[in-house]
Amino acid sequence: MACNCGNGGCSTDYGTPARVSEKLVTLDIDGIEVSVPEGTSLMRAAAEAGVEIPKLCATDSLEPFGSCRLCLVEVEGRRGYPASCTTLADNGMKVKTQTPKLADIRRGVMELYISDHPLDCLTCSANGNCELQDMAGAVGLREVRYGYEGENHLKSTKDESNPYFSYDPSKCIVCNRCVRACEETQGTFALTIDGRGFDSRVSPGQMESFLDSECVSCGACVQACPTATLMEKTITIHGQPEHSVITTCAYCGVGCSFKAEMKGSQVVNMVPNKDGHANHGHSCVKGRFAWGYATHADRITTPMIRDSINDPWQVVSWEEAVAYAAGRFKEIQARYGKDSVGGITSSRCTNEETYLVQKLVRAAFGNNNVDTCARVCHSPTGYGLKQTLGESAGTQTFDSVMYSDVIMVIGANPTDGHPVFGSQMKRRLRAGAKLIVVDPRAIDLVKSPHVKADYHLKLRPGTNVAVANALAHVIVTESLVNEEFVAERCEAKAFNEWKEFAARPENSPETLEAASGVPAQQIREAARLYATGRNAAIYYGLGVTEHSQGSTMVLAIANLAMATGNIGREGVGVNPLRGQNNVQGSCDMGSFPHELPGYRHVSDDAARGLFEQAWGVKLDNEPGLRIPNMFEAAMDGSYKGLYVEGEDIAQSDPDTQHVISALEAMECVVVQDLFLNETAKFAHVFFPGSSFLEKNGTFTNAERRISPVRKVMPPLAGKEDWEVTQMLSNALGYPMNYSHPSEIMDEIARLTPTFHGVSYKKIDELGSVQWPCNEEAPQGTPIMHIDEFVRGKGKFFVTRYVPTDEKVTQKFPLILTTGRILSHYNVGAQTRRTANTAWHPEDVLEIHPHDAEERGIQSGDWVGIQSRAGETVLHAKITERMQPGVVYTTFHHPFSGANVITTDNSDWATNCPEYKVTAVQVMKVTQPSEWQQRYRKFSEVQQELLQKREAVKAQ
Amino acid sequence: MNTQNLVKMANQIGQFFEAEPDQAQAASDVATHMKRFWDPRMRKAIIEYAGKGGEGLLPIVLQAVSANPQLLA
Repeated sequence: MACNCGNGGCSTDYGTPARVSEKLVTLDIDGIEVSVPEGTSLMRAAAEAGVEIPKLCATDSLEPFGSCRLCLVEVEGRRGYPASCTTLADNGMKVKTQTPKLADIRRGVMELYISDHPLDCLTCSANGNCELQDMAGAVGLREVRYGYEGENHLKSTKDESNPYFSYDPSKCIVCNRCVRACEETQGTFALTIDGRGFDSRVSPGQMESFLDSECVSCGACVQACPTATLMEKTITIHGQPEHSVITTCAYCGVGCSFKAEMKGSQVVNMVPNKDGHANHGHSCVKGRFAWGYATHADRITTPMIRDSINDPWQVVSWEEAVAYAAGRFKEIQARYGKDSVGGITSSRCTNEETYLVQKLVRAAFGNNNVDTCARVCHSPTGYGLKQTLGESAGTQTFDSVMYSDVIMVIGANPTDGHPVFGSQMKRRLRAGAKLIVVDPRAIDLVKSPHVKADYHLKLRPGTNVAVANALAHVIVTESLVNEEFVAERCEAKAFNEWKEFAARPENSPETLEAASGVPAQQIREAARLYATGRNAAIYYGLGVTEHSQGSTMVLAIANLAMATGNIGREGVGVNPLRGQNNVQGSCDMGSFPHELPGYRHVSDDAARGLFEQAWGVKLDNEPGLRIPNMFEAAMDGSYKGLYVEGEDIAQSDPDTQHVISALEAMECVVVQDLFLNETAKFAHVFFPGSSFLEKNGTFTNAERRISPVRKVMPPLAGKEDWEVTQMLSNALGYPMNYSHPSEIMDEIARLTPTFHGVSYKKIDELGSVQWPCNEEAPQGTPIMHIDEFVRGKGKFFVTRYVPTDEKVTQKFPLILTTGRILSHYNVGAQTRRTANTAWHPEDVLEIHPHDAEERGIQSGDWVGIQSRAGETVLHAKITERMQPGVVYTTFHHPFSGANVITTDNSDWATNCPEYKVTAVQVMKVTQPSEWQQRYRKFSEVQQELLQKREAVKAQ
Repeated sequence: MNTQNLVKMANQIGQFFEAEPDQAQAASDVATHMKRFWDPRMRKAIIEYAGKGGEGLLPIVLQAVSANPQLLA
């Protein structure tokens, strides 16, 4: 449904998309002179002149279609009545949009539409936001001469299969907007018009239900529908919203801008913001629809404490819970030393929250034991890009992809993990950009409607660096290096060392084929395409970072981009696709044990001095413990207390049994979360958290874009998360006195050079801003490293391929790799509490038919997956997306125990776990694994302890 | 800290830097990496282990640890 809320500059629908041209044309519309870029439609030119032309099949998010015949105009000197949506503006044109003849035609058109439309406007869910109704009014339709008795569609059956929206064919005017949205905006091509003439109806797949079709439930069709044909069920239930607030999605690293459409403090629906700089009005099933978790019955809304994890929880006041936690942390530090406690932040937290937690750890605990979940996803990106380019961040905007001629996707699955950007990438691919996919699996991008990878380098898991070195070898030995760029922009000595290394025979595609499994010829052709195909951009994800050589691969990617000169302008660059909404931000905010905000090492006296002065406290100059090191230290008895905000380490971190042992070894675990998550089952203090709808703050997405998060409803537990951290800090004896998160951002801006120009005022003015934002770049920095690298000269690194220790053996002959799917997010705490479970009720093991046949496994069988770390049992799904020898699963459901199998292997530089390579055996079994049975019992006990929680009177 | 894990982690760092052409620089880079990213209790444990012979440590790691006691302490 096109938005007409009147807020945020999105009320005008110009009818057709904007065109870019240096040449302007000037014309006269209803006596008003207007100049528009060449290629602009008459409809859009009129809208820009403030003249509204009636329309139904046109909307400015879609290319013109010219089917409804409502937007006809008269052009002086031309015959007939051209459709204004498909007629281009030209110099000297004189256009009339309202004449008696046009009025007559339009009424006639509307009369035909309405003759086959249910006249239940008063009780229709679109009442108050229906373009058909508006147009009937606009053209002055007063009667339908044909009657309503003839053949019609009024008795068509409604499709309610999709959990979030209904499809009512009786209200369809066959304007094709939904079909075009599915094609142009989303790129899934799930919808079509079935039948001809009177029989024409929208068909998901081949006349399937929406749920059974290939529809990915992104909501683009619902957004485009001008009637109640495709209607969100929440609007059907609650009616039209009365106000809206612009905020940012709390799911993936795309960071889509949304309008939370409200009735009082109740969210009615979430509409993607047309002016959103990351998403331009598009959304996915998670952001658009899966926000019901925020008010789910499982939310815990009162603070709780307990002495032991075997005790029932006691419900206490905020003051008591905070005092209890502070008391226990102080006791632990008094007994075991100041380094025996620490904190973990989450990429699901805002910038202000993560900043405050690291400040608490550094200033109140007095150590650097603070880490964030980026440790287990993109920490190698931070390391690798800082070393080579000088800044721990991606180099581009998302929109840059529209200028790419060659796109190389390595270890990322954008259509599932970053769907809105995936759609944008597919748009560029449909326009002709070439595609290289480097992935062990045949992800959707390899082959989907109107998109086909030119090269799919189907490597064995764990051999990324071998493939990157082989690509480098071809670039160096076939003289494809951009020598001019390298000479001007990069350190000569390091480059020459790299060049000599890359040229060695050991790095040739032919030699490395044995390790990677990728045919040498494919590598050679892909390298040539990347190096010579004009603008070439690399996009990568956790398939790069979550390896024992994760950091090496990030360095290798930066090497490739520098060697070919593909950095420092639109259409190129090194683009890490961040997993969660605020991975970039949580790293920027200094929630790493070795870095202060703005990526300054704790041993940097000048930087540390700045914080010491501002915070009025002496800071430790030694790095603290990273998350895996915290677990190790807990096991050896030197680490006893942990404050976890928004993260669920017991489910998301590898080698679950090791994590659990570490949690059990601690004396005080404080969890701040929306739900009693897996980690909270091992906690002694529970602080109820607030969802993104209940607080103010900012998120920073994968393109360094800082976007607003705005409170649309009061926090269910009465406090925003930053307030809780502040209370804890005060109770620990380090005073914090912020009255609003904007003051926290002001402090960040004061202390961080790349944020000097950032403020809530600036973000509100611009909508969002990409850091660096400071004196040199007051409007922010869309593209980085334009004239010179942040570190000065770019630095090449020698990236020798070192096979992982996690090798297949006779006992464990298969490689397990893990990932995510579209409908779920991370540990699933949010999405499992929404109707998204309709698409993915459980995690399954994907296995190639050959491996399945060898083991007598059929789709749907229970299979045991065993590694050296543990065993779990899942249902099997046989698919040729997998290559023989490789199996795959997701970790969205705790009972699946995907991380019971993953090991403690990790990246050499950052300790980022090697989730992507685990040697396993897979066998048919009949019951859940021993771990799962134990887990079930433990969870039941913990649920009982939660049910038995008692309010305790204040002492 | 579990010494075997530290040995494995130290060797992984060693394996990365030993690919550099200048081996003295490589050993120095190994030590610097540990200094910048390892918590002092981890460094202390690896120094102690190296002091006892450091069985299983790659030569470059042994060299890095034994040549930089002050940096790593």
